[in-house]
Order: sequence, then structure tokens, then C-alpha cells
Amino acid sequence: MRTIDVSEIVRNVREMCIEANHYLTCDMKEALEEASVQEKSPLGRRVLGQLLDNLDIAGEDRIPICQDTGMAVVFLEIGQDVHFVGGSLEEAVNEGVRQGYADGYLRKSVVRDPIERENTKDNTPAVIHYEVKPGEAVRITVAPKGFGSENMSRVFMLKPADGIEGVKNAVLTAVRDAGPNACPPMVVGVGIGGTFEKCALMAKHALTRPLKERSPIPYVRELEEELLRKINQSGIGPGGLGGTTTALAVNIDTYPTHIAGLPVAVNICCHVNRHLVREI
Amino acid sequence: MEKHLNVPFDKKEAQGLRSGDYVYLTGTIYTARDAAHKRMWEALQAGERLPMPLEGNVIYYMGPSPAREGRPIGSAGPTTASRMDKYAPTLLDLGLVGMIGKGKRTQEVRDAIIRNGAVYFAAVGGAGALLSKSITSSEVVAYEDLGTEAIRRLEVKDFPVIVVDDCKGEDLYETAVKQYREEAT
Repeated sequence: MRTIDVSEIVRNVREMCIEANHYLTCDMKEALEEASVQEKSPLGRRVLGQLLDNLDIAGEDRIPICQDTGMAVVFLEIGQDVHFVGGSLEEAVNEGVRQGYADGYLRKSVVRDPIERENTKDNTPAVIHYEVKPGEAVRITVAPKGFGSENMSRVFMLKPADGIEGVKNAVLTAVRDAGPNACPPMVVGVGIGGTFEKCALMAKHALTRPLKERSPIPYVRELEEELLRKINQSGIGPGGLGGTTTALAVNIDTYPTHIAGLPVAVNICCHVNRHLVREI
Repeated sequence: MEKHLNVPFDKKEAQGLRSGDYVYLTGTIYTARDAAHKRMWEALQAGERLPMPLEGNVIYYMGPSPAREGRPIGSAGPTTASRMDKYAPTLLDLGLVGMIGKGKRTQEVRDAIIRNGAVYFAAVGGAGALLSKSITSSEVVAYEDLGTEAIRRLEVKDFPVIVVDDCKGEDLYETAVKQYREEAT
């Protein structure tokens, strides 16, 4: 049995909120650099150049990469032999978000009620997903999610007879409809199978996968590659202003599902695909 | 085509802009996004005056992150314009000459742009740190209680934008995307 004081969670979440909003992971930056060379549209290359300059300025001058510093999505993978002490785990995550968004000069974008819409002024609560695993490790993923791209995300409850062609259609439809609104070049997270909520959660989690890492399942890997090629033939381009770089990766996760269903979720993320992982 | 333009500007200057032009704006612009538009809408319904001048002015759909000490503003990139589509035609009819945002507009907004000889610019979404460097001052002029959604008067210098919708009805999102889709297939 391992004992962890929840103050450890507060401290880590605070730091991760600030860091994730000022620095992207190396694979995101490298993908943008590659795209800025390969992009065929001159305006598209100019936009990609601005995005790279933007990342440099964000890091050097400590200005958030994007003013939409997101709603804090937090994945907690908790070893079943861990015992948290010192208070509520959920409150600790929210306290970390509260401190990170205040101390990091991050925008407070959360409203307490979806209809009444009063800002909570500290960006809480976070959206927290818990998973219990064997062992005594705790893995925290902080993924602040902006809503320009979140608003363009979709769930499709397909029929089994729609098959893989139906899945391709769903993903391409979501990306085409998103167009310039989702701040391309985007990363496309896809969840196939499970239930209504399971596929959405898989799609969200797929956004945190490294860009160059493909699915271990052969047909899924082919699907990821084919969809990326087709998305980049859509013409949408950087900023939606035309070009050959519309997405940097398509990451697909799958799960067993019901005999009657084929749920597909498409969670679109802009080029500011923020996610940080720490194991404590 | 690259152009430099002072804001506010008159409709004659707006009418000289073409979809695809790369424009550097210098002067005064105002920010407003969802909640501020809703309040302005309610003010107009009640027959009240708006908190800022519209004639010849440009609204930037933007809610910044907080400024660090000694800086005029935090990260300051555009938000999705379509959420303001409900309100934009009325503001254009009242004299607003330009809007800066990102993403597609409805046909109603594009018609209002044509009807009024106005313009819709895109700034690069997600480049808020870079764009903040072209903002030299920021002052809340109304609805301070809305926090990031308050109306701000910004002074900008060479603020980079791209003309998406011009007064001839051209839309860069349609034309440029079609060009690269055709080249790919």
C-alpha cells in the first residue's frame, strides 16, 4: 500500500496546467515544422510560419499559446494499491486547476451552469476521468481543451451494416463541417465501438497519443493512414485558408461493442493540442 | 495583395479590399464576443445606445487571457465568428464596417457585408501569443463584469489579418479550399 498526500496532486496539476498552456509536446512542434516545409499553399506556409513563431513567443515571453486556455480535462490513472490522504482527491484536482489558472495568467473560461452562464472565475471545475489500474503508480494527464474545435466534435451512432465505410464517412463529414472553425491543422481523435459515452471518451483520450504512434491493430492503422491522407486532400489547409495540411494525425481507439451498434465519436483538436503526462 | 490600413476606416476603403488580401491594421479596434453581443443586442432592443461607436469601426471577436504585469494584454487570438452571426447583420446595418474572427459566416452575414460595403477578416486562430505583440494598449470600455468577455478598446499596430469575405461576395474559405481540393484530386 502506498500513501500519497493529495497536496502532491494539487502541486502537480497546478504546474501542469501552466506548462501545458505555454509549451506543446515536441511531436506537435516537429509536425508543424515538417508541415511548414511540405505545405503547397504559399498562404498556408505563411500561416504555419506564424504558428511556429507563436510557439516561440509563448515559451519565451510566457504568454499562453492560445487565449482559449481551455476547460481542464484531467485523466487520472490510479493504482489500486494507492491510498490518498489529506483530503478529497477531486477537490485536490480542482485546487490545482484553480491555482494554475490564477498563477499562470490563464483565461477563466468555465461557467457554473450551461444555461445561466455565470463564470466561476477560477476555471473550475475540471472534467476528471478516473481509471483504476493494478499497482501503486499514479499517472496524471492534463489536457486543457479549447472550444473552437470542441464545438466541431461529433458522435455518430452508426448501424453495424454501415461498416468501415460508414466510419470513414463520419470522420470525413466531421472534419469537412469543422473546416476553418476548428483552427486547422487539427489532430483528429476517433473512438469506435463501446457505448455512446465510451466512444466519446476514447476519442478524447486518443488526442493525447503521440502523433507518430499508430494503432497496434493492422486495419486500424491503415484506417488512420487513409483518413489522414483523405483529410489532407480536402483542401481546407492551415487556418482553413486553403492548402494541403489540414490534419497532423488521426488517432483511433476501438473497444468491443453491442451486436446492434457501431458508435463513432470524432473529437477534433486544433493545432494547439495540449496534453502533459506525469507519473507520481 | 499586401495592404496597410488605418482603423477606423470608411466604407470606400473597405470596398477596395478583396478576398485573399493580406492586411496590416493600425489604429483603434473594439473587442466583443458572445456575452457582450448579447448585451448589445438587448440594449438595442430596449432602444438604448451602444457603449462604443459603430460607424467606420471594426469589432474583433476576442476574449484575452489576463495580462502579466507591464504588458497591455495576454494571449489575444480570434474566436469563432459564427456564434456572433445572429447579431452581425444588425450591427453592420448600423455602420460597423469590419469584423475580425475565424471561421465561416452565414449567408445572412455575407449578404449584410455586400449590402453595406463592409469586410470580414480572419486572424490566425490559435496564434494568440503572436497576435498580442501587435496590440499596444487595451482598455475596458463596457461590461467589465463580463471579465474576459468585456468590451475593450485596443490600439493595434500592424495587426495581421486576411480578407475572407469582401463586399463583392467572394469568400476565401470557399475559393481557396476548392482550389486545393481540386489540385489534390
